[in-house]
Amino acid sequence: MTCIGSYLENSEEMLSDRFEVCILMKINENECQVVSSLSPKSSSQCFVEASLVEKRWMLFSFLELYRFGKRYLLFKTVDTSPLLLPPPSVAVAVAVADRSMSLSKMPVVDGERGPDASSFSLDSERTLYPYVTGTSVVAFKYRDGILMAADMGGSYGSTLRYKTVERIKPIGKHSLLGASGEISDFQEILRYLDELILYDNMWDDGNSLGPKEVHNYLTRVMYNRRNKFNPLWNSLVLGGVKNGQKYLGMVSMIGVNFEDNHVATGFGNHLARPILRDEWNENLSFEDGVKLLEKCMRVLLYRDRSAVNKLQIAKITEEGATLFPPYSLKTFWGFEAYKNPTVGAEGSW
Amino acid sequence: MAKQQANWSPYDNNGGSCVAIAGKDYCVIAADTRMSTGYSILTRDYSKISKLADKAVLASSGFQADIKALQKHLAARHLIYQHQHNKQMSCPAMAQLLSNTLYYKRFFPYYAFNVLGGLDNEGKGCVFTYDAVGSYERVGYGAQGSGSTLIMPFLDNQLKSPSPLLLPAQDAVTPLSELEAVELVRTVFVSATERDIYTGDKVEIVILNAEGLRREFMDLRKD
Repeated sequence: MTCIGSYLENSEEMLSDRFEVCILMKINENECQVVSSLSPKSSSQCFVEASLVEKRWMLFSFLELYRFGKRYLLFKTVDTSPLLLPPPSVAVAVAVADRSMSLSKMPVVDGERGPDASSFSLDSERTLYPYVTGTSVVAFKYRDGILMAADMGGSYGSTLRYKTVERIKPIGKHSLLGASGEISDFQEILRYLDELILYDNMWDDGNSLGPKEVHNYLTRVMYNRRNKFNPLWNSLVLGGVKNGQKYLGMVSMIGVNFEDNHVATGFGNHLARPILRDEWNENLSFEDGVKLLEKCMRVLLYRDRSAVNKLQIAKITEEGATLFPPYSLKTFWGFEAYKNPTVGAEGSW
Repeated sequence: MAKQQANWSPYDNNGGSCVAIAGKDYCVIAADTRMSTGYSILTRDYSKISKLADKAVLASSGFQADIKALQKHLAARHLIYQHQHNKQMSCPAMAQLLSNTLYYKRFFPYYAFNVLGGLDNEGKGCVFTYDAVGSYERVGYGAQGSGSTLIMPFLDNQLKSPSPLLLPAQDAVTPLSELEAVELVRTVFVSATERDIYTGDKVEIVILNAEGLRREFMDLRKD
């Protein structure tokens, strides 16, 4: 007779901090409710109690049951399925808090009632490729602070699906965050940062998180997600000024980070960075800085197919962040070669 | 539906070369400051050298995010050691710690190629070279990173290190003076820059001796 207790003894490595043990009570045919949950340390005790309730535990197999924000494995008896027991019957479930654990090695009982086991596969929750993406962000330090520019496009593959996506956001009092890559992951990052800034404000101690701290936090978040093989598919640009110190840094989706006087993501790295290496200097005025940014964004507009002609420029100085209203760049297409392109071969394209 | 394969890699090589040379009472640790990805340069001014303890300096090249995490980890462990033992970690102790830390992630390695340099308990220079999963060896000099294949043979030629197989064991530490060793490091990086695309911009040279730590910079070709 193999009971839950001994199963757990054999696989203590499963019962790490990732696991939480709950007692489920069946309410009706399709629903279970968590009655109480216990920490992993007291798990064996929990099973003893549960077995007293159930009176017997036979051989167990697993069934992925319901989601309560985490995934549960239902340990059930072979001969008496708690699902088949009339409510209110009690079963014990172990919650898998660690989403990266693959459960493909677990035996799955077929022919059981309940949702299909494979529809809860953890693998399907990991990011495989981005869907709605933003293109380059360009930023550099200037005399008074940081200037950052990004266009407002959100591409769905090769379709320019969204044309008013704000890819630069102020963070706290001292920073600006620009992102390229998956827009939904950017929104997730904004939620994390929101919480971070909220907690910082709640201290109410006159101190506030500066760009260096936010950059460090973002680096750790991105690196940790990469470690779990579920990256946030973004390249982030973090710029800000605090106590007169200008700071500009970048984090990639696998956690590579650095700071420099000028940064750019995606295509900007190839097209804009060379312009900046040539023409950037420490004491750019605001007007000169905007001209330089426009020069970079114009090149990107001409040469990056996912760029849209609607860009947003943002600046951050000691006084605070300013996001300017979006506008378009003037472009020139009046080249001789573009006029009458089919001359000499009428009917061709 | 066939299982989806990820089309991203958790690793990237951010390039660079690291060198360390051990002398009678000094140690020279050097690394270039270029950080690249693919064929692009991300920044020309990134330090790959990190001072872990008073007498132990680590130079790492490879995947920058892993290197940062590794250095943070070691710095944290060193702080704990200082709290527990009320002294700094010696270089051989740090060498063992680094090896264990790397092996801990044997099945998802830190993509970091390390050279640890410093002074041992007798004040003699010591250099330890590592692979990505922690196998290490005390040597008289070492080179790691993208330019290591270019640098190592040159160091073998110039420093004429005795074979580690000889009995009785001969001292691997170089008889060169400190200034000569620094000059050698400069030469080595200039040569590596010529032929390795990932090495260049600047070289940061750290010299550890009985007086303390000294840092020098030298410009390299930026192409």
